[in-house]
Amino acid sequence: MMNYDKHYEVVIVGGGPAGLAAAYSACRNGARKVLIIERDREVGGILNQCVHNGFGLHYFKEELTGPEYAGRFADMVKGTRADIMVDTMVLEITPEKIVKCASQQYGYQAIKADAIVLCMGCRERTRGAIEIPGDRSSGILTAGTAQRYVNIEGYMPGKKVVILGSGDIGLIMARRMTLEGAKVLAVVELCPYSNGLNRNIVQCLNDYNIPLYLSHTITNIIGKTRVEKVVISEVDGFTPIPGTEIEFECDTVLLSVGLIPENEISIRAGVDIDGRTRGAYVYENMQTSVEGIFASGNVVHVHDLVDFVTGESIRAGAAAAEYALGKRVGGRVINVVTKPGVNYTVPQKIRPDNIEKNVEIFFRTNKVRGNSVIRVKSDGNEIAKFKREHMAPGEMEKISIPKVLLDRCGDSLEISVEDAES
Amino acid sequence: MKELICIVCPKGCHLKVDEENGYSVTGNACPRGAEYGKKELTAPTRVITSTVKVRGAIYSRCPVKTAAPIPKGLIFAAMELLNDVELQAPVRVGDIVIEDICGTGIPFVAARDL
Ligand SMILES: Cc1cc2nc3c(=O)[nH]c(=O)nc-3n(C[C@H](O)[C@H](O)[C@H](O)COP(=O)(O)OP(=O)(O)OC[C@H]3O[C@@H](n4cnc5c(N)ncnc54)[C@H](O)[C@@H]3O)c2cc1C
Ligand code: SF4
Repeated sequence: MMNYDKHYEVVIVGGGPAGLAAAYSACRNGARKVLIIERDREVGGILNQCVHNGFGLHYFKEELTGPEYAGRFADMVKGTRADIMVDTMVLEITPEKIVKCASQQYGYQAIKADAIVLCMGCRERTRGAIEIPGDRSSGILTAGTAQRYVNIEGYMPGKKVVILGSGDIGLIMARRMTLEGAKVLAVVELCPYSNGLNRNIVQCLNDYNIPLYLSHTITNIIGKTRVEKVVISEVDGFTPIPGTEIEFECDTVLLSVGLIPENEISIRAGVDIDGRTRGAYVYENMQTSVEGIFASGNVVHVHDLVDFVTGESIRAGAAAAEYALGKRVGGRVINVVTKPGVNYTVPQKIRPDNIEKNVEIFFRTNKVRGNSVIRVKSDGNEIAKFKREHMAPGEMEKISIPKVLLDRCGDSLEISVEDAES
Repeated sequence: MKELICIVCPKGCHLKVDEENGYSVTGNACPRGAEYGKKELTAPTRVITSTVKVRGAIYSRCPVKTAAPIPKGLIFAAMELLNDVELQAPVRVGDIVIEDICGTGIPFVAARDL
């Protein structure tokens, strides 16, 4: 037996929207001893710095800002029996479900859990991760870091800005910096399309006449101490085309070049990671490859909409509570297989015995598409198809498959996307 | 005929608005898109979110938003108003920060407890 200081039925690692919803749901589903461990000084996760609106349209049926959405969930959790430990960092989870953590106030603690939900979210890719050439000047930071400086700490990172990457965080920060008096000279995107939501192109760039350079990338950053100039070039695929250089005099470069699920702790606990999502392989109830360890939110796959994080986490929290109270799920396992047009799916494995009415499958397609058909096959036979008028890698797709169809299909479920015949 | 992307929800429907026929809208998956299409071409508005200084709280900025959409042309004038605001904790979500933005009757309100 390992020694430990405390025991909880369900321990949740990370108190962002995923952790809050998982805790709420674990309590609602019968768990009596639930603990959220959060390393920051308050719960809410990345939402605390997302002061723009557009959260909660699905879940609360109204448009909230990030802090409002987080605040509502924090209040819901405070109305349950769940304990919250802030300023506490989880260092390690053992396969025996001992959660080792440290805080300034209580020092080192080992907490025994019957079930665990991993909700650690994502971190941003940095300059090093994508190897931008040029000087190592100051004034180069990730868009999320800039968001924290501006919205929480009250510092402006610069006055003349070039943004690399047109994902939602980059677009939101283009508008935010403009409103605060900075001049955003360009948003530069390697792909021939933006990875952000269309609504953000309209309300963050077009509203403020900020130019978007598609199929372009930064090819040089110049500046002895502070950034002075940025050179961008058009690309052919991934290769810069000589002679297409455009120079911008600026003092700041914001990087919005993708998020990486934060899974170092998961891996050490023995959780298998899917190379496509860089998050855990999960079953229909968000259990990982380790029995009793569940995961939800951005730590599983990068979400664009917090409402989907909430939905997924409510399932994870419920399943963790049931596991802690002794329920075991078995039976046949169907593997979800990605076919052309589909980059990944969540969940990757489905146990039909554990589905009540239907299972929701989330995925992303591989390119911008017009009229399209999503086909679901099993052993080569089509069992369902769904039509879409518009699809893009930046927009997560969701399909729902009824249990009756799962009961009839074989051990694999193949999902593909193709252009519709017009 | 004008083509727009609806920004009311993340779905981002591709709208077609007919200015010559009473701004009738097609391509909208829900009624809010029709309303947006017409308004965007006649009197466009936006909800503005930002932050203001706050004293005595765990952070030095407090998020705020316009309680309703304001005319697009007033965005920078509205932002200007926030420069001089300094709140004192405790702040409650919904507290009025500025009562009337440029004669619209719409207030800026706090967007969290702090
Ligand atoms: C910079 C940034 C900006 C974003 N902007 C938007 C946006 O504008 N709109 C939108 O819809 N989505 C946005 N997203 C996506 C957003 O992250 C998700 O919608 C949602 O917040 C994910 O929730 P989560 O709980 O999974 O992760 P998070 O909100 O990231 O929460 C994870 C929590 O886990 C904690 N944690 C991590 N590791 C540990 C540990 N070892 N011990 C203890 N605690 C730990 C973290 O401190 C954090 O509080 C943004 C993401 C990032 C990174
Ligand atoms: S028309 Fe309706 S569904 Fe489509 S983007 Fe607008 S609000 Fe959303």
